[in-house]
Amino acid sequence: MNIQRIAKNKSWKNHLFLILASVFMMYPVFWWIGASLKTNEEMRNPNIFPEVPMWSNFTEGWKAIPNFTFTTFYLNTFYLIGLVVVFTLLSCSLAAFAFARLDFPLKGMWFAILLVTLMLPSQVTMVPQYVMFNSWNWVNTYLPFFVPHLLAGGISGSFCIFLMVQFIRGIPKDLDESAKMDGCSWFGIYWRIIIPLLKPALVSAGIYCFLWNWDDFLGHLIYINSVDKFTVGLALRMFVDTQSAMPWGQLLAMSLLSIVPSIIIFFLAQRHFVDGMTAGSVKG
Amino acid sequence: MTTKSIALEQQPKKKSALKRFLRRWNSPIAGYLFLAPWIIGIFLLTFWPMAQSLYFSFTKYSLLESPEWVGIDNYKRIFTQDSTFVQSLKVTFLFVFISVPLKLTTALLVAIVLNKKLRGISLYRTMIYLPSLIGTSIAVSILWKQIFDGSGLFNQILGIFGIQGVNWITNPKTALGTLILLVVWQFGSSMVIFLAGLKQIPTELYEASSVDGAGKIRQFFKITVPMLSPVVLFNLVLQTINAFQTFTQAFVITKGGPINSTYMYALYLYDRAFARLQMGYASSLAWIMLVIIAIFTALIFASSRTWVFYESEGGK
Repeated sequence: MNIQRIAKNKSWKNHLFLILASVFMMYPVFWWIGASLKTNEEMRNPNIFPEVPMWSNFTEGWKAIPNFTFTTFYLNTFYLIGLVVVFTLLSCSLAAFAFARLDFPLKGMWFAILLVTLMLPSQVTMVPQYVMFNSWNWVNTYLPFFVPHLLAGGISGSFCIFLMVQFIRGIPKDLDESAKMDGCSWFGIYWRIIIPLLKPALVSAGIYCFLWNWDDFLGHLIYINSVDKFTVGLALRMFVDTQSAMPWGQLLAMSLLSIVPSIIIFFLAQRHFVDGMTAGSVKG
Repeated sequence: MTTKSIALEQQPKKKSALKRFLRRWNSPIAGYLFLAPWIIGIFLLTFWPMAQSLYFSFTKYSLLESPEWVGIDNYKRIFTQDSTFVQSLKVTFLFVFISVPLKLTTALLVAIVLNKKLRGISLYRTMIYLPSLIGTSIAVSILWKQIFDGSGLFNQILGIFGIQGVNWITNPKTALGTLILLVVWQFGSSMVIFLAGLKQIPTELYEASSVDGAGKIRQFFKITVPMLSPVVLFNLVLQTINAFQTFTQAFVITKGGPINSTYMYALYLYDRAFARLQMGYASSLAWIMLVIIAIFTALIFASSRTWVFYESEGGK
């Protein structure tokens, strides 16, 4: 009885701590939602929600950039990132299959290189890559994003390979052995056996690839410079910079919308999230 | 019957010997074929650019004209005459040394509480993780700019307690603090990794030690910390490397100001390269950055020998 009471008492303290932490974490987000419906004057009031919600912040904000609407920017971004994700999954799963299942000379060296690139700061290759892509007239196209990801590179390449290697190592080898006995080629094993079983890792890798590219503001900033090709992030930045009298409500409304895709993905695939994040640290 | 079964057994053996012979050549070729896109990528997007970057760092190169060899002039100028370099380095170090420990301690503390069996734990975890999801996006930078504005949310809350706040973003003393707070607020991914590490610690260790009369605090330092140390190392390396490269937040929230008080190294590098088109100078800056990050990573790994506990070694 006594012990139970102590346990209850302790869990009450834990709950208090977690509630406070949650409030601290979520308060800015709730305020964000409220503020996206406020007028500039109301922004000074500490109350979370305005008396009269300004839904027009969303409709006006959508058209805030002259001659364009955010429809264009969202379509651009989804097109860019959609292809990038497909390319990444294809090229990274090929490389991961080689690392996890095939024996070839210098494998250890290549794998070490993979691990180093995982930690290599992108700033070192940023300037020469820009020079190179510029000389090929790739600036202001999406090729500086498509081609690297097609070659299992880009901002998420190394990580996705690593994640998939870890996963494939966990798939029992008996499956490939028996397929080999049946005369299945390496590509057959990759395509018919590994890829279907790799689905959870593909989902995790796809999620991370999507999120990181969605947030890859620096990359978009360097390579895309005409407004009709802008991604959502670039459009938001233009919104901040071009308006002299800042319509904060509209700006916050548009930036709030820009995180909705990430939030949706998060809630649809929470489990894969954790799997991906812990792949390198704990299992490895 | 027995001879038949032996024959049956031998047949696949023969076959597999043949296959093994084939496989000896089959596997390397297949391996390199599967790896081909990645290897092309590594040469085209990493090795070659790095070699070029090293070359550019010894040149004057404006992108419009071809690079002109200047020897170690760029490095000399950076180390002797460039006060902005010194300032950006100072700001970046300050940022890294404050934000990383703060972020990891917060993440660890919250992860320990989240590791307890409580009702509604997944709801808490979701709410605490959510801010990290929106990561380095420009959206969250815009939000932060508004929150710490002179009449923003933070000062409104201070106002409730009768405190008159300053404009946190335009004040050179506090601007960097707002950026640090932003990255600490997003401790979620470190927390999730800690949480996964905590779940792998066998509960028997705690049970056995409490039978022996160890208290909670003793257990934390004698069991949790050593068992979790490989995960701490992983998080520390990852977060340090990331923190050195912070760009978007400084670019959007403070634009490096006021009076360069948030002029992060990555932002300075960006300005040199893409605002002033000094590709040679920017490459020198990039190599200095790489060396600094490499030194810190090496230091962390070297020191880890004294504080990371690997179970397989059977302790120290």
